[in-house]
Amino acid sequence: MPESPNPANSPGSVEPAQKPLTAIPTLAQTATERKTVAVSSALERIRRTHPRSSRIPDKTFALLILLTGLSVFAIVVFVAWELVDKSKLSLHQFGFSFFWGRDWDPVNDQYGALPFIYGTLVSSFLALLIAVPLSIGVAVFITEMCPIRLRPIISFLVELLAAIPSVIYGLWGVFALAPLLREYVEPFLAKTLGWTGFFSGPMYGIGMLAAGIIMSIMVIPIISSITREVLTAVPQSQREAVLALGATRWEMIRMGVLRNARIGIVGGIILGLGRALGETMAVTMVIGNRAEISRSLFAPGYTMASVIANEFTEATGDLYLSALVEIGLALFLVTLIVNALARLLVWTITRGQTGRASA
Amino acid sequence: MNRALRVLFCIFTLSSGVMAQTTLNGAGASFPNPIYQKWFSEYHNLHPEVQVNYQSVGSGAGIRQVQAGTVDFGASDGPMTDEQIASSKVKVLHVPTVLGAVVPAYNIPGVSQEVKFTGEILAGIFLGKITNWSDGTIAKANPDIKFPNQNITVVHRSDGSGTSYIFTDYLSKISSDWANTTGKGTSVKWPVGVGGKGNEGVAGTIRTLPGAVGYIELIYALQNKINYGSVKNASGQFIKASLESTTAAASGVKMPADFRVSITNPPGKTAYPIASFTWLLIPTNPADKNKGKLLKDLVLWCLDSGEAMVSALSYAPLPKEVADKAKDAVKQQVK
Repeated sequence: MPESPNPANSPGSVEPAQKPLTAIPTLAQTATERKTVAVSSALERIRRTHPRSSRIPDKTFALLILLTGLSVFAIVVFVAWELVDKSKLSLHQFGFSFFWGRDWDPVNDQYGALPFIYGTLVSSFLALLIAVPLSIGVAVFITEMCPIRLRPIISFLVELLAAIPSVIYGLWGVFALAPLLREYVEPFLAKTLGWTGFFSGPMYGIGMLAAGIIMSIMVIPIISSITREVLTAVPQSQREAVLALGATRWEMIRMGVLRNARIGIVGGIILGLGRALGETMAVTMVIGNRAEISRSLFAPGYTMASVIANEFTEATGDLYLSALVEIGLALFLVTLIVNALARLLVWTITRGQTGRASA
Repeated sequence: MNRALRVLFCIFTLSSGVMAQTTLNGAGASFPNPIYQKWFSEYHNLHPEVQVNYQSVGSGAGIRQVQAGTVDFGASDGPMTDEQIASSKVKVLHVPTVLGAVVPAYNIPGVSQEVKFTGEILAGIFLGKITNWSDGTIAKANPDIKFPNQNITVVHRSDGSGTSYIFTDYLSKISSDWANTTGKGTSVKWPVGVGGKGNEGVAGTIRTLPGAVGYIELIYALQNKINYGSVKNASGQFIKASLESTTAAASGVKMPADFRVSITNPPGKTAYPIASFTWLLIPTNPADKNKGKLLKDLVLWCLDSGEAMVSALSYAPLPKEVADKAKDAVKQQVK
């Protein structure tokens, strides 16, 4: 293959194109705009100096990218096929009633997935309920209102939350959060909101509520860092324009920033939801692991990921193993459905709108 | 030139040394993992040509892998069932190695004494029939302790484990109610309570939850200095679990030829009632004769010199007669 003299491969050749640009920064220009200009002018230079560059690297590149793109498809299909194949026995035995069966009894080989599906959905929803307002608040504070010196510290702390291993969250949940919930939070909730039925019954500390709170803490860094990026991408001119119309700071953030960034924020929430649905270790340690559906959030519950992690290593019977794999299949389907619904939500929000700051 | 030759020679001798080493692969129970690792590394020091790679993937996975013949030996906290033996491609010998015990741990506000449990009390609590520490059945067994009016919260293992198997096996023998409704297994449908992951999860929940009672491995309780209660055995004695009383549990039991025996609730006067063997699963007719020979020597060594090391790691050693019987079986049955 002839060596192509394509200067786009060497970063050195892009730099001279950037130099004059950095010399003329205007206040209104955001970082993104500057980058776009830099890249397009670099491309222009290449076209001018090398009008007939070889097409072979281009084709190879296209093929490679196609392969990487298709690999995602292949992985998903492979996982789905494997899950269906390995859960055949259980699919055959229980049919679709597996998905709404409430009984999980390995000793008598009776398996139903509903308590786990319920636990996964409720704990994830609870996590989002707590994490979404908090993370958006954190992101708005960091980008819009935070004193410049505090900004890197808070950003660092938020990212630190993401770096803590989930088993540490779990231990913290057992030893610190659960007693706190049992002593103070749950009695308070039972007294004020007990009439709803969501906050009643014996208080163990561990249970669905603890799982939701732990997960929300784990999800916050994901949602807030994506939201922060999206908010930073909103052009400064938007803010200035809204302020110039006489808006207060709150109105500026609401209309000028959050409105423009909402597609990206929803994207961040979807990613956070994905994390919550699949979270295993920390949840297992605090959820109480009881395969029952109860209205009260104080009661212990169980999630799909937890039951697989808990019981797979010691499962012996063929049907038992098959049922556990089918739980995996159920988790796969639930994730698929939830993601599809979230996409639908994004689509309804953004219909007829140009995704200005959806980066 | 000379130097290059010497280097080549060195490489040759080194690689031949590596090639002469045989690796035995094992997988299974996590409960005996610390002592197995200790044994296998000691054995490797004595016999550098044998390297044992043991993975503590859980009893269930150990049984599956030895059935499929993907490992040279397996290990399990519960004996293989008749169906598992029937469906297995590989015929195995159960070799008991050490003993484990399961103890009741509790957190009762205002009670610092050692609580005495009977089988009736434990079954009642875990079935959800005894729900308060002030219950008369508990008071009767502990006349000198004043129990508070405190609700009981049951804490059990959420992960499938040999510990749960031993405990539910004991409850099944004690209470026909338990045997009929819940049964025994590494994971069961617990009538009441919350699940903690691992010994640490159960112990942690008990520690922070007033009124909680659960069961943990004796080793874990000893190593972490957790208080636990004594349990009434079949001859009416309240026995606190210790390495001696656990070994005693195995002494009074009639050992069947295939070693698949449950020793919960044994007859001995000094026996602790919630104990069990853990087994190595050794293929009796290994495909690789050389490996089979090495494995046989290894197992015999474990049952002989190995048993002397177990107490240091808080495992209960086999009674002498059981170890001797196991050695004979290995010598005769493993080809």
